[in-house]
Amino acid sequence: MTAPAQLDEPITDDDVTPDRPWITIVWNDPVNLMSYVTFVLMELFGYPREKAEKLMLDVHHKGKAVVSNGTREQMEHDVARLHARGLWATVQQD
Amino acid sequence: MRFKRSRRGVEAKVEPGEAQVLAQCAGELLELLGTEEEASGDPLEALVGLPPGDVSPPDDPALARLFPSAYEGDDAAATEFRRFTESDLRAGKRAAASDALVSLQPLLSAGGKLVLDRDQADAWLSWLNDIRLVLGTRLDVTEDTYEEDIDPEDPRWQVMQVYSWLGWLQESLLSCLDPRAQV
Repeated sequence: MTAPAQLDEPITDDDVTPDRPWITIVWNDPVNLMSYVTFVLMELFGYPREKAEKLMLDVHHKGKAVVSNGTREQMEHDVARLHARGLWATVQQD
Repeated sequence: MRFKRSRRGVEAKVEPGEAQVLAQCAGELLELLGTEEEASGDPLEALVGLPPGDVSPPDDPALARLFPSAYEGDDAAATEFRRFTESDLRAGKRAAASDALVSLQPLLSAGGKLVLDRDQADAWLSWLNDIRLVLGTRLDVTEDTYEEDIDPEDPRWQVMQVYSWLGWLQESLLSCLDPRAQV
C-alpha cells in the first residue's frame, strides 16, 4: 500500500530514516460499525473513500490491515488518534 | 429519534425515554472512566502534571478495550506509550460523555430537539462508539451476534436492545456527517 500524506518534518541527527519503517495496524473487532471505521480512516488519514473502504474491508475480512507507515513517533501519534476514536490499533516495526 | 443534517450540524427529535436512556449510558461511561483524580493516581504527580506512575493495562475488559495496548508483545513499550497517552485519551473520552449529558439534560422530562454543531456531532460519534464498545464487551458480542439471538427472559436482553439501538443511532449520525480530513 502507499504511504499516507505526511507533514514535512525536520530530520534530526537521531531521527534518521530507518531501514525498516514502522507501521500502524488496525485490528478487527465485533463492535465498530463498518461505516464508522471507513469514516475514521478518511478523517484521520485524509484517505479517499475508496481507499478507506478497501482498508476497512481488509480489517473486516483478514482480521487486520496496515493503515499507515512512517517513523515510530508518527505511528505512535496515529495509534493514539485511532484509540481516541475507539479503533483497536497497534504499532510495530515492519 | 433519527439524526438529520441542519445548517450548523445535526439535529434530532428526542423522546424523553430516549433522552433518559442516552443520559444513563453517558453516566455509565463516565463512571467507568473514573474521575480525573482516580485516573491519575498519585496526587503529587497529578499536581505537577507528571504522567501517572502506575500504567498497567486496565483489568476491566471494557476499559481495556477503550485503552488498548499499543504494542503487541512488548510490555515495556506498551507501558511507556500508556504513560504518555492514556490520561489525555481518558480526558477526551470523559469530556465527550459529560458534554453529551449536558446536552441531554433539558430533554429528560419532556423530550425535544437535540441540536448539535459539527464539533459536538463529532464528540457524539465518539462517545456513542465508546459506550457501544463497553456494552459490546460486557455482552461479549461477536460479529455473528444478533439481537434476536438473545431470549427476552435473558438478563442481557435489555442491554442488547440498548446496544442495538445505539448502533442504529450511530449509523444515523454517520449518514449526516462528511469526514473532515485532519491530515
